Amino acid sequence: MSAVIRTVNLVKIYQSGGVPVTAVDGVDLHVGAGEFVAVMGPSGSGKSTLVHMLGGLDARTSGEIWLDGKRVDTLSESAWALLRRDKVGFVFQFFNLVANMTVADNVELPALLSGATPKQARERREYLLDALGLTERAEAPPAQLAGGEQQRVALARALANEPSLLLADEPTGNLDSRNTRDVLRLLGEVHKKGQTIIMVTHDARVASLADRVVSLLDGQIVDDGVIPVTRRRPKAGAGDVVELRS
Amino acid sequence: MRLTLLALLAKEPAHGYELKQALEHTFGSAYPSPNIGQIYVTLGRLEKDGLIRAIDVEQSNRPNKKVYYLTVTGREALAEWADEPTEGPRIRDEFFMKLVLAPLTGIADRMALINRQRRHYLGVMRDLNDLIERTDPDNRVALLLIEGAMLHVQADLDWLQRCQEDLA
Ligand SMILES: Nc1ncnc2c1ncn2[C@@H]1O[C@H](COP(=O)(O)OP(=O)(O)O)[C@@H](O)[C@H]1O
Ligand SMILES: [Mg+2]
Repeated sequence: MSAVIRTVNLVKIYQSGGVPVTAVDGVDLHVGAGEFVAVMGPSGSGKSTLVHMLGGLDARTSGEIWLDGKRVDTLSESAWALLRRDKVGFVFQFFNLVANMTVADNVELPALLSGATPKQARERREYLLDALGLTERAEAPPAQLAGGEQQRVALARALANEPSLLLADEPTGNLDSRNTRDVLRLLGEVHKKGQTIIMVTHDARVASLADRVVSLLDGQIVDDGVIPVTRRRPKAGAGDVVELRS
Repeated sequence: MRLTLLALLAKEPAHGYELKQALEHTFGSAYPSPNIGQIYVTLGRLEKDGLIRAIDVEQSNRPNKKVYYLTVTGREALAEWADEPTEGPRIRDEFFMKLVLAPLTGIADRMALINRQRRHYLGVMRDLNDLIERTDPDNRVALLLIEGAMLHVQADLDWLQRCQEDLA
């Protein structure tokens, strides 16, 4: 499988008030095309720092990052900006929507910037907003939206340019269970169509959609492996969640 | 199933097959449909314990059928059950036993146990996700049951993370 992302001994040390903090400590990660990887781990274990580095939003201290076969940790900020425009979708923990643009324009913009025609951008936007139950909010400014709605717009925006890599940092933190289900469906759908996804999440419902789970602890990978298929009977009904006792 | 049957009989006397239908009607797919044999075995035990009693009802062209009804003792047992708080399903956790015993026996590494268990829980969660997708959206009881199971799995995962942080 060709690697969309590969890191070699990736390290990030923050210097906070003279005291060095090793946030990411020698991470070797390999994510193949079309793979969906969930990143889990306790608060402070380096999850956000790792995905920020993978998206070029935070500079590495040492080590290498390769994206689509090209070394990228050495790129300038402007080169990174171009790369993100064309190849990487990012969903932040705090949505970063453009305040003076409608929801629809927020979602269409990245598609247009990466070279889609207005018609393609509009169709993509319609598809994404519909899948996330946001069609009726298309003309609203982001500030009028609830937190969970803004988060779904952020996801739609990140997918608008059909990036080769979707990076997301806790994208379902503000969602209720119904909205989470919409997000899960969309993620499942784009993943089935071949979208590569690296997603930091604490939500087991989201993580369980992934092919693989990477667990971080103190900046290091302590586990990296597939989520196994359980031995549940294929036709099991809801009744199987309770044990029948007589 | 004992108390479920008592509860159904508190509403009205019924024979075994009617109880099976009432169970299916009440819970939908949220409860495994019990086979009729299990129901008769349980009814037999309840009768022996004096919680229900049966009367034979004659039927034309068919063998008599037994109609069960709740006794005063049965009604008291039911009230007691309804009033008392219910133990959660995970007071004693088998995985916890493994985790504590692992270093004593040298049979398994704690971190490896935790990592394997995490992946297993995620596999269980994936099944629950599939299940919720296949469940009729109008079946509130079934959906609540599955959501409850999901919240339990989430709590188990959170706790695994606590174990990993503390034991690393
Ligand atoms: N900008 C920063 N300056 C200094 N320390 C930071 C900064 N960002 C993160 N850290 C530290 O790096 C570690 C990892 O943080 P983070 O990547 O945010 O973890 P997570 O997303 O897993 O909660 C933490 O100890 C955190 O305090
Ligand atoms: Mg974080």
